[in-house]
Amino acid sequence: MIKRPFFGFIKPEPIHPIPVHLSQVSMKEFLVPRRVTLFLNVAHENGNGFTIRVGDPVKTGQKLKASEGDNAYAISSVTGTIAGISEYIGYLGQTFTAISIDRAGEEQWDEAFKAAGETPSLDNALEFLGCLPGVTDFSALLNPERPLKTVVVSGIDQDLMITTNQLILKTESKRLKDGMELLRKITGADRIMIISPPDLCAEAGETGAEVKLIEPAYPNTLPKIVAKNVLGTVVPAGKRLEDLRVGFINAEAVLALANTFTDGHLPVTKVVTVIGKDLAPVHLRVRIGTHVGDILSDQGIEARHGDRLILGGPMTGHAVYSVDTPILHDTDALMIQDNSQIVSGSDLHCVNCGECVRACPADIPINILIRLLENGLYEDAVRDYDLLCCIECGLCSYVCPARIPVFHYVMLGKFEFARMESLEKSNG
Amino acid sequence: MGNERLFVGSHAPFWHNGSSITRKNYHMMLAALPAVFLGMYQYGMPAVGVLALSISFAMIWELLMNLVTRRPVGIGDGSAALIGLLFAMLLPATTPWWAVLVGTFIAVIIGRQIFGGLGCNPLNPTLVAVAIMTLSWKALLDFNGTLVDFDLGFNMIHPLAAAKGFGASVSAEYSTFGLLMGQHSGGIGTAFGLGLLIGGLYLILRGDIRWEISLSFLAGIFVTALIFNLADPQKYAGPLFHVLTGYTLIGAFFLLTEDSSSPVNFIPMLIYGLGAGVLTVLIRNIGAFVDGVVFAILLMNVANPILDKIRPKAMGREIEHA
Repeated sequence: MIKRPFFGFIKPEPIHPIPVHLSQVSMKEFLVPRRVTLFLNVAHENGNGFTIRVGDPVKTGQKLKASEGDNAYAISSVTGTIAGISEYIGYLGQTFTAISIDRAGEEQWDEAFKAAGETPSLDNALEFLGCLPGVTDFSALLNPERPLKTVVVSGIDQDLMITTNQLILKTESKRLKDGMELLRKITGADRIMIISPPDLCAEAGETGAEVKLIEPAYPNTLPKIVAKNVLGTVVPAGKRLEDLRVGFINAEAVLALANTFTDGHLPVTKVVTVIGKDLAPVHLRVRIGTHVGDILSDQGIEARHGDRLILGGPMTGHAVYSVDTPILHDTDALMIQDNSQIVSGSDLHCVNCGECVRACPADIPINILIRLLENGLYEDAVRDYDLLCCIECGLCSYVCPARIPVFHYVMLGKFEFARMESLEKSNG
Repeated sequence: MGNERLFVGSHAPFWHNGSSITRKNYHMMLAALPAVFLGMYQYGMPAVGVLALSISFAMIWELLMNLVTRRPVGIGDGSAALIGLLFAMLLPATTPWWAVLVGTFIAVIIGRQIFGGLGCNPLNPTLVAVAIMTLSWKALLDFNGTLVDFDLGFNMIHPLAAAKGFGASVSAEYSTFGLLMGQHSGGIGTAFGLGLLIGGLYLILRGDIRWEISLSFLAGIFVTALIFNLADPQKYAGPLFHVLTGYTLIGAFFLLTEDSSSPVNFIPMLIYGLGAGVLTVLIRNIGAFVDGVVFAILLMNVANPILDKIRPKAMGREIEHA
């Protein structure tokens, strides 16, 4: 566990990831699991109007849509039959349709992408690459009305402890070069750059993209901080990077692009850093949709009552409540904490010590903000105390001596504010 | 679900740096111990009695108020004990038991609990108690009167009272070394300058208090006292004398830095410390009271919310010009 610096009279240093000697780290292939679960970004609503049914056969790489008219799709990562369709409520109440597929028979690849795979273009990417591993939503970056000017490829993982992208940059820099070309063709961006830690400078240079080195310390790796430090662009409050026509994707996505167009198969695997209770990372290449429980039992990690399962890293991940939760195309890490490692929050008042204010990379007056958020004054929080400037790094909660779940309050505030705004729009 | 195995769900981040309010309070108390020990050594059992009564009653009032208001019992976090300890450190060793009881009542309940408890007090609770005691029972905090029966082998006239009454010339009777080593009369835990400095440095290095506040307070006192001294060297004592006497050092490290009544941004912290320093010397030199620290800090506590409006522009905030 990271201890705070002894010297308190300097602004808290960014937290450095615990160094991992990548030369000693290898990637293991994980066997195709018996069952995978995929999430479709559509509300379930009792399955009304769905054209997919339980029992439908699917092939590996097949596009799955809930109904024909939908834009959202998932890519099946195994060959088999649909075993279940249900509702899943995710972070901030987002509703998904979860599709479980049981593996059956020989692996057969779906051929729909074959023809499209010949020509890398924006339309083909929109049609097939929405679930590209290593980027949350590739389609969202590919808005034809707002083409990207700059694409930043991240050769360093955003959160602590995760080394998925460093590993890919270290081992696959040649393939990344092909991927960069494809990325340029698909997005039409003038400027493609790669950010990397200093020790992977040589590999980053081999990719052919413009190399920018950043200090491998949290929160320097977060997209909005990178935009500020590397591109010199400050993202205005409440705006996203895409609004400034900057795309931010991981090195893994670039590698997946290269492999997709060479093999003619859509990507169905994802590299995950598995961080066990001893904090030793293991890299696995798993089929997208593999259940957390399968990975844990394969690694011999026992998930006991009262432990915490986290998809993502220790600062920005999401805790999940079931070992049947799948690894999705944007899940970079799986972390498990022993009950004894969990520091729980409290309901104490803010004591105004100012640790959060000094830790905040966005200079938000959190000491006042938290008082408004605790009382549900979300509009005031946005207007006067910069709620929307938050870049979601979680350092405020990390340093709070009162152990107030500040980050949780901030995300709740953002969510509620967005809800109020959309209600006002629909009523107005 | 029939699943016996349940996992802990919570929001990110899943790590914490391990700091806590409890730990902070206990370190504050630890840092105060050198000064307290010298007070106990000098004044003996009366000082021990005042300390014990003050700490225990501060905790008892807190507990009672927790029970009355049906809030979680919070005496384990050390904040009430810290109030009691600091309050006792400011008192003379001969303070009667009822005064300690009343003082801790004012500090814990009027100073803090009625505003909502830990973190909600607009003023420093310890100083609210000292201020009310000073105004209500003037003789209680007159060190020359209360410590008249003690002869500890050094000049027992309170230095600030002497300087106020007889001008700057008396400051020659107190050596800097003597002031640092606690050879002057005062509260139980306020005389040992070196001990307070060491304690303060310890807290600054640990990050439990903010150096900006302590340093700007001492600078404010030093500069203001120097200006007075240069203007009339006969009447006003020198800057070092002001820094080492009275409540200055305990104020700089233990009272002014109280979290919820002090600002958090850099420039406000400097203004807050400087303002308190300037006011302290103004009250000492031309005001009615012998020591100005108590009222100077309380006045700056009141200014804190406005001071803290001076803050850096948040990243990505667009300033709308009127």
